[in-house]
Amino acid sequence: MIELQDVSKAFGSKEILRGINLRVESGESMVIIGGSGTGKSVMLKCVLGLIHPDSGTILLDGEDVEEAERDPFLAKFGMLFQGGALFDSLTVWQNVAFRLLRGSLKRPTEEARAIAIEKLRRVGLTADVADQFPAELSGGMQKRVGLARAIAAEPEVIFFDEPTTGLDPIMAGVINELIREIVVEMGATAMTITHDMTSVRAIADKVAMLHNGKIRWTGPIAQMDDAEDPYLSQFIRGSAEGPIEAVR
Amino acid sequence: MSFLANIGAATLGFIAVIGRISIFAFQTVSHHVRPPFYPREFVHQLMYIGYLSLPVVGLTALFTGGALALQIYSGGARFNAEAVVPSIVAIGMVRELGPVLGGLMVAGRVAASVAAEIGTMKVTEQIDALVTLSTHPMKYLTVPRVLAATLTLPILVAIGDIIGIMGGFLVGITRLEFNAGAYMSNTIDFLETGDVVSGLVKAAVFGFIVALMGCYHGMHSGRGAQGVGRATTNAVVSASILILGSNYILTEVFFSA
Ligand SMILES: Nc1ncnc2c1ncn2[C@@H]1O[C@H](COP(=O)(O)OP(=O)(O)O)[C@@H](O)[C@H]1O
Ligand SMILES: [Mg+2]
Repeated sequence: MIELQDVSKAFGSKEILRGINLRVESGESMVIIGGSGTGKSVMLKCVLGLIHPDSGTILLDGEDVEEAERDPFLAKFGMLFQGGALFDSLTVWQNVAFRLLRGSLKRPTEEARAIAIEKLRRVGLTADVADQFPAELSGGMQKRVGLARAIAAEPEVIFFDEPTTGLDPIMAGVINELIREIVVEMGATAMTITHDMTSVRAIADKVAMLHNGKIRWTGPIAQMDDAEDPYLSQFIRGSAEGPIEAVR
Repeated sequence: MSFLANIGAATLGFIAVIGRISIFAFQTVSHHVRPPFYPREFVHQLMYIGYLSLPVVGLTALFTGGALALQIYSGGARFNAEAVVPSIVAIGMVRELGPVLGGLMVAGRVAASVAAEIGTMKVTEQIDALVTLSTHPMKYLTVPRVLAATLTLPILVAIGDIIGIMGGFLVGITRLEFNAGAYMSNTIDFLETGDVVSGLVKAAVFGFIVALMGCYHGMHSGRGAQGVGRATTNAVVSASILILGSNYILTEVFFSA
């Protein structure tokens, strides 16, 4: 279970998060929606300890993440970054197997490579990309490699930062299904950031909308369409008319 | 008033940077002795920082040695001391010009590329990705580069010294009518172990500075392409100034007694 209590973060004078309260149960798939630049990525990075909040507490299974021992804490997580964040100097399979080639999860090279290729296949990539470098792949393929890397060590908690942005609709569908599968099969807890409403409907158990530094609305996916929040319904409809200013 | 305030703010900012760099240097050193280590990264950096800097350092030394011989010959001629050319070329190269010019050239090559590489990694979230993959960026990125530069710069400079002395020798025997055997024996007779060792110690310090500045500015790069560009410039400038400053201090330490 992940719990954010009153988490705030400002960069200089720009207040990005202004007291976030959110609870994600174990094995649940939470989708975070909200406009670009509202701080969705910052929020996930706070949970991982990549950005330290100015105030507030973040708990993982009741333990304060700031006090947790880093290595075992991070071993529970997998993260797909918004831009893929693949290491340019390593081949695709070495990227995917990064965790399996060093540190506490280290295993023989052949085995790590086999796992990497199997994970690549799960995200719809064939074995012949394994020895290529990330720069040789298209943006969508890089995203999928990032996804394979996030799930390679079978983490308990997975964060997906805009997993389908930049993919064609069919590939986006494949990725949505895959995320759903990972959550169901691995029993993983997932937090996904997306703007893509098709994705939201395919992936989410629960939805939370971030607006103006706070969680504007949160609830089960089934209640999303009937919710009376004008901000949420404007976002779902994708309308320029409504309380959310289109010019930011 | 705002003029004074600006000076005050700049001074405080400068002191803060010195503090941050000192802490960064201290952390880097402390990570050298705490596992995990990444030997493959280290070997890769040895290759990149050491071997591939050889042409730059070698050419710098060759031309400098040659120019030095000409200068000392014409300067020495004013008081009939042309015979000091071989020994002064050797001492000048080994003690001072070899390490300093070698260090500055490597600063241009290595500090810039390290800062650009790590800065790009920072901007494209690769550093964040490293952390989430349970890998400490300082151990994985900084330590291999700093260690490789500290160990290889003395070797590069030693080779540069030899090439520089060769440059002086070639100019001496072709342009200045020195006898080859006499030039050589003059060089060898006058050069002391202390000269060589002090130059190599300087080189090791400069290697540490170059890689440290590259890593520091890369890790603290601002956002976007502009941030990386600024980090690269800052890395080269600060490495060069620190090399010249520490060169003076080391020279005091070695030779003022
Ligand atoms: N490290 C940082 N330093 C300064 N500003 C940042 C940093 N990271 C994010 N921001 C700012 O925080 C805001 C929210 O960013 P982000 O969380 O990436 O938005 P999104 O909701 O689109 O993921 C943006 O205005 C961004 O410029
Ligand atoms: Mg984002």
